[in-house]
Amino acid sequence: MLITAAIVTGLGLGSMYGLLALGFYITYSVSSTVNFSQGSSMMLGAVLAYAFVVTWGWYPPLGILTALVLCGVYGLAVERFAVRPFVRRDSNAWLMATVAVGILVDNIVLFTFGKEPRRFPSPLADMPVSIADVGVYPLQLVIPVVGLALAAALHVLSRRTKYGKALLAVVQNPDAARLMGINVSGAIAASFAISTIFAGIAGILIAPLFNVNSDMGTLFGIKAFAVAILGGITSAWGVMLAGLVFGIVEALVTVLFGSVYTQIVMFALIIVALALMPNGLLGRAGVKKV
Amino acid sequence: MTLQTSRRALLGAGAAVALLAMAPAAQAQDIKFGLVAALSGQSARAGEAITRGLTVAVEEINAKGGILGGRKIVLLRRDDESNPSKGLIAARELIQREKVAALFGGLDTPVSLAIVPLANSEKVPFMGTWAAGTPITKNGANPNFVFRVSAVDEIVDQAIVKYSVRHYSAKNPGMILVNNPWGESNEQGLKAALTASNMKYAGIEKFEGNELDVVPQLSRLKASGADVLYLVGNVGPSAQVVKSLDKMAWKVPVVSHWGPAGGRFTELAGPSAANVHFVQTYSFFGDLSPKGKQVLDMLMKKYPDYKGPGDITPAVGVANAYDSAQLVALAIQAAGSTDGDKVREGFYKIESYDGLIKKFAKPFTPQNHDAVTADDYVWTQFINDQIIPIKH
Repeated sequence: MLITAAIVTGLGLGSMYGLLALGFYITYSVSSTVNFSQGSSMMLGAVLAYAFVVTWGWYPPLGILTALVLCGVYGLAVERFAVRPFVRRDSNAWLMATVAVGILVDNIVLFTFGKEPRRFPSPLADMPVSIADVGVYPLQLVIPVVGLALAAALHVLSRRTKYGKALLAVVQNPDAARLMGINVSGAIAASFAISTIFAGIAGILIAPLFNVNSDMGTLFGIKAFAVAILGGITSAWGVMLAGLVFGIVEALVTVLFGSVYTQIVMFALIIVALALMPNGLLGRAGVKKV
Repeated sequence: MTLQTSRRALLGAGAAVALLAMAPAAQAQDIKFGLVAALSGQSARAGEAITRGLTVAVEEINAKGGILGGRKIVLLRRDDESNPSKGLIAARELIQREKVAALFGGLDTPVSLAIVPLANSEKVPFMGTWAAGTPITKNGANPNFVFRVSAVDEIVDQAIVKYSVRHYSAKNPGMILVNNPWGESNEQGLKAALTASNMKYAGIEKFEGNELDVVPQLSRLKASGADVLYLVGNVGPSAQVVKSLDKMAWKVPVVSHWGPAGGRFTELAGPSAANVHFVQTYSFFGDLSPKGKQVLDMLMKKYPDYKGPGDITPAVGVANAYDSAQLVALAIQAAGSTDGDKVREGFYKIESYDGLIKKFAKPFTPQNHDAVTADDYVWTQFINDQIIPIKH
């Protein structure tokens, strides 16, 4: 019973980590950079959707769509102002710049939205249903489906379509890609927009299970990055799989050893896992042809 | 003098006059009370509640002719933004520049702990109105200038154990505590209280401030046979505990510290929020004492947004602050001066005060600087969005 409860809870949590971590995969695949403000992007999606749907009473699909579009715009801004200027000068300062943008956004939301956590109502998170004697909200079942569908879509997009192949070519050799007529800066900007939209989707899906507040993304962002690295940041399937593994192991550790040890054991396990598999679960070692 | 400089001088003088006109009409003989609390940010509502409680008390005292032979009290406020260093700077400014006769503290234990050494070294009485950290008053200083009219963690923990035994016949309680210094302090307090009652516990589980799902922790406590849960956490994470209990369909009594009172608990936790019984020092609901009716009336007259007892939230902030100000005024009156050392002695001379929280009898002694005791707590629950005392 304890173990079943842990596995069911872990699957739900894990797919949320995976969903957020896919955002890291996307930008890394195209530009070898990541947006460390993914946690804030997730929070932004939830807060904007809350403002449109709950505060202003918009038609929910319209409110959610608008929130996601704004998340995309935010991703474009992150890339344009916190990543591109540094990458152009061969500097790694984008690492700090994206962290700083996240802190900035968290604080702006704190001042405008307020610190008080608010509930995001959803018909899918009202009454728990029982699966193998463990209660879950229907929304917890929707999240893995959305996560796996997005991972599948990304896989197909990057491996089977011309546009996807063009995106991957950018990371291999930007100059050659440019010579082949690929819009390199457009591709990188698009990858940031897609990654923040994914984070926004994660935020909107998680909000009804959790609550909406300005620091809801902080811990999630850190765990999602751990998941992205663990999965091998170059594989969409790997990232999603690592999310599920992380979620389940986390819940099992809590159930078996107690919550006092959860964070210690989890992050120690990540170090061990990466020492054994430096490229993550499904990642491939980068081959640089010169 | 050129025309320009004389114009500038004139403007300067005009501005100075305007500033003087705007400044509160503080007279040299006025007695200053200084409040250092969160007036902005996450705890702004708490700061506002404390301000209102102090204001109403000060106005009542002034209307009756003030203290020390007709001297009026003025209230000065400084925002600590829940930040200990900002609180310390504000407290120093109030003591050294404004020469306040007494300082009042806010909601945050870390801010109060930062001010305690300053109050003791500057010999200025520091009255806690909210923060419950045990070491604020039990700070080891001799002489100790820190007093409090609020809950105290270690006493709350004793009250939680007592309540769970009396109302739920608890034999094997489980603790579910937020993973921060507040949770840590209550873990020690609850363990001590259980030991004192010769009781064992099912287990201790921790959760993060923004934990999404607490089912694994609760499953462990359930498997260890917990018959009551002791909850310590702010409103958001406390709501996650209630939602996780709902998911598990585990109907276990939950006895809690006052975290749920800090926000929209029912909105966040859903209808099961009412199952959580938590501690408060005062409630404006129910049969009020004559003093309670009088203060409620004053509050509603002064603040039009208070239309009834349900609007006075958080009630503990208002009530603690009101009684704090009255007790400080009594201490100054008993001291016959605003000299810090004499006022400290004055606190011990207060024999009785018919207050809002209770009829205080000898509220402070050199050994006890906490005026609120385990028997004074009110047990409450959320019904819709109002904190209502539980009737047994």
